[in-house]
Amino acid sequence: MLAFILRRLAQALAVMLAVAFIAFMLFQYVGDPVTNLLGQDATAEDRAALRSSLGLDQPFPVQFAAFVGNAVQGEFGMSLRQGRKVSALIAERFPATLELALTAAVIALVVGIPLGVYAALRRGRWLAQVVMMASLLGVSLPTFLIGILLILVFAVTLGVLPSFGRGEVVRLGGWSTGFLTLDGWKHLVLPAVTLSIFQLALILRLVRAEMLEVLRSDYIKFARARGLSDRAVYFGHALKNTMVPVITITGLQLGSLIAFAIITETVFQWPGMGLLFIQAVQFADIPVMAAYLCLIALIFVVINLVVDLLYFAVDPRLRIEGGTGGHG
Amino acid sequence: MIHRIAFAAALAACTAAGSASAATFKWASASDIPTWDVHSQNNALGNGVHAAVYESLFYYNSRTFALEPMLATGSKQVSPTQVRISLRPNVKFHDGAAFNADDVVFSLNRAMAKTSNYGVYTQGIDRVVKVDDLTVDIFTKAPNPVLLRQLTELRMMDRDWSEKNKSVEPKDAKTKDENFAHRNANGTGPYVLKSWEQDVKLVLAKNPNWWGKMEGNVTEVVYTPIKSEATRVAALLSGEVDMVLDPSPADLPRLRNASNLKVLDGAENRTIFFGMDQFRDELPGSNIKGKNPLKDLKVRRALYQAIDVQAIAKTTMRGLAQPTGTLIAPQVNGWTKRADVRWPYDVEAAKKLLADAGYAQGFEVDFACPNNRYINDEEICQAVAAMWAKIGVKAKLRTLPLTTYFPMIQRYEASIYMLGWGVPTFDALYSLQSLVRSLGAQGDGNYNVGRYSNPQMDALVERIKKEVDQKNRNDLIEQALLLSHQDVSHIPLHNQVIPWAVKKNIDMVHRADNRIEMRLVKVN
Repeated sequence: MLAFILRRLAQALAVMLAVAFIAFMLFQYVGDPVTNLLGQDATAEDRAALRSSLGLDQPFPVQFAAFVGNAVQGEFGMSLRQGRKVSALIAERFPATLELALTAAVIALVVGIPLGVYAALRRGRWLAQVVMMASLLGVSLPTFLIGILLILVFAVTLGVLPSFGRGEVVRLGGWSTGFLTLDGWKHLVLPAVTLSIFQLALILRLVRAEMLEVLRSDYIKFARARGLSDRAVYFGHALKNTMVPVITITGLQLGSLIAFAIITETVFQWPGMGLLFIQAVQFADIPVMAAYLCLIALIFVVINLVVDLLYFAVDPRLRIEGGTGGHG
Repeated sequence: MIHRIAFAAALAACTAAGSASAATFKWASASDIPTWDVHSQNNALGNGVHAAVYESLFYYNSRTFALEPMLATGSKQVSPTQVRISLRPNVKFHDGAAFNADDVVFSLNRAMAKTSNYGVYTQGIDRVVKVDDLTVDIFTKAPNPVLLRQLTELRMMDRDWSEKNKSVEPKDAKTKDENFAHRNANGTGPYVLKSWEQDVKLVLAKNPNWWGKMEGNVTEVVYTPIKSEATRVAALLSGEVDMVLDPSPADLPRLRNASNLKVLDGAENRTIFFGMDQFRDELPGSNIKGKNPLKDLKVRRALYQAIDVQAIAKTTMRGLAQPTGTLIAPQVNGWTKRADVRWPYDVEAAKKLLADAGYAQGFEVDFACPNNRYINDEEICQAVAAMWAKIGVKAKLRTLPLTTYFPMIQRYEASIYMLGWGVPTFDALYSLQSLVRSLGAQGDGNYNVGRYSNPQMDALVERIKKEVDQKNRNDLIEQALLLSHQDVSHIPLHNQVIPWAVKKNIDMVHRADNRIEMRLVKVN
């Protein structure tokens, strides 16, 4: 048991190190922040001096070792663009991204599951057809297009919702939240809807498919044979069993919502981690980029690790075999 | 933290007081300023925004671009290397402290510190000495005709405030500690920094105790960086911002037609041109071996004369360009009509020049351009590559984002490259020294990436650096510009025209350095 957990932890660590290495290596090629820092009129001597004082003239292994050494202590160095600790920057931006991702997830679940159930139960009806068509559109339209269209309709044409930013936020200790003000909610609507569309469509289609599968199974037939009402059959038995894979997928998708909020955050100038990352790319702010990538990798690794450990707890066969650590 | 609380309180006060006379001006552009430390990072947007809060001894008039005293009241050349500056009396910093000679000495020394990126503006200053409370002497290493122009970008901080808040040294990009001045400000300007959340929001409030008289009526300024072009314009169209500094060229026709908006077109003091590698003996990536065709004046002129700048200005730039024959824009001191004459567009002449140079069949050459730095930069280069194809020159175009483009050309890797040069000092020396002077120390030739070198030019630039007589000096500048034209040291294309998109009810003055002069903004 302990050996298994330790092995999985070691693997997770190796993955993190690999991600850090690749991230750091890639970012060596995105450019040079020195010109951005100094402006056009700096002399060659100024540039060389700054480059060496930032350690950018060190060979790659040395820079990487320094990066890992800091990262182990939870420090990702200084942002070259903002001149502040990367860890502080990310901590500052994380609430915005998490609130956006959670709201999007809730929208996707609250709207996606009932629509999926409806589409399954009323299969063939025109309204169900429309729902399925719309969901196809939802999975295929690019996020930035959805965002721009929503801005055009609700901000520019109708003028009912703001087009950018997070609005008024309230600070609770180290956390800034937009959930406590009306203005915050208004600003949240469009980006959250934009971010949720893809997940919503995905969940809808998943629920429908699972539901159709379950409705064909024997125990539903038995349930009907026992004379239970439609309502009890559909929601008491069928939906409950449909939800197991849906919950698994939703859990994993929360990670990708956080990771792929980049586009939504850029379109809506949402001050989260994704926007921070994009701005770092333009500036060649390597510490911020590397830290962001490592953080996202960490989120995925942790989610997968938890899933693995849960499987281990649930499935006794793993405990006997011991050596098959390849889930996830 | 404390700062945030102060901001919340101020915001609450503002909304509560929200009287009719208070005018708020909200504007947006793509990126944020890097810092509030006015001697730390020399960044164009930052310098423009800082100027509303911190003031310098001299500044440019927004309408005429004449040099005007600001915190100074005048200057006197005591000796060729000593300038006496008298200071404006009764000026107070935002925290109430009086502005005096100690602050000037402190600020100029601070800008000369190692961690400051304003070295280019302190160039040639030897030392600064207090004479009395309202007089300072600036000693220069040699006669310096552009000293007062340099002073426009050196903003004044309070010595006591800086000492008290551990901000004596400019903020250094690499130190672990932030200094206080990075996120807090205490200037003498017409606006006070209320709050700044980087990349999110910047709020300025009117300084009721400002020494000057305000032409505009803005009591609060809100700046929001909005990265996405479409969102920026949407924010303007929906009325969430009053002004967008950098609307995308593609949106302009629509903005011009919107009933509640107007577009202010103004020439920027930035000239777009091509440079050519005139140093290497053989160009990498070219089919010509053993020699460098770009060293041949005939070849450079052929490339020049094959470019139809009018067509580029009209089609590619859709009017956002003023074709030019020289390396500086008309607002820059030293520009003359005579220097602005282009070699005429003439494809036949270009072909003949190429043939005379021994390249009747043309040649292949590497051609590098940025794709996110200047207006339609990539499109311009595509158009030019097509024009060069007509005379047989196959320019192999590669376009790069600015973070990789600039380091690349600084390593002298490009054979033909695009550059846009703005002139913050509004004096031609700034361009001549960087672009056509041979490589040397102290910024000589620091962007002479084609390594053009002509001893005659170097001699002219050295004389321009020191000549104090304005008329002689401008004659020398004209000679240098004409020499650059004769030598085809570069191929000038155009001066950029920068459009600002503004609501109809706003009056403001378009400045050639793309800065907003907050004192002049009027919300009707």
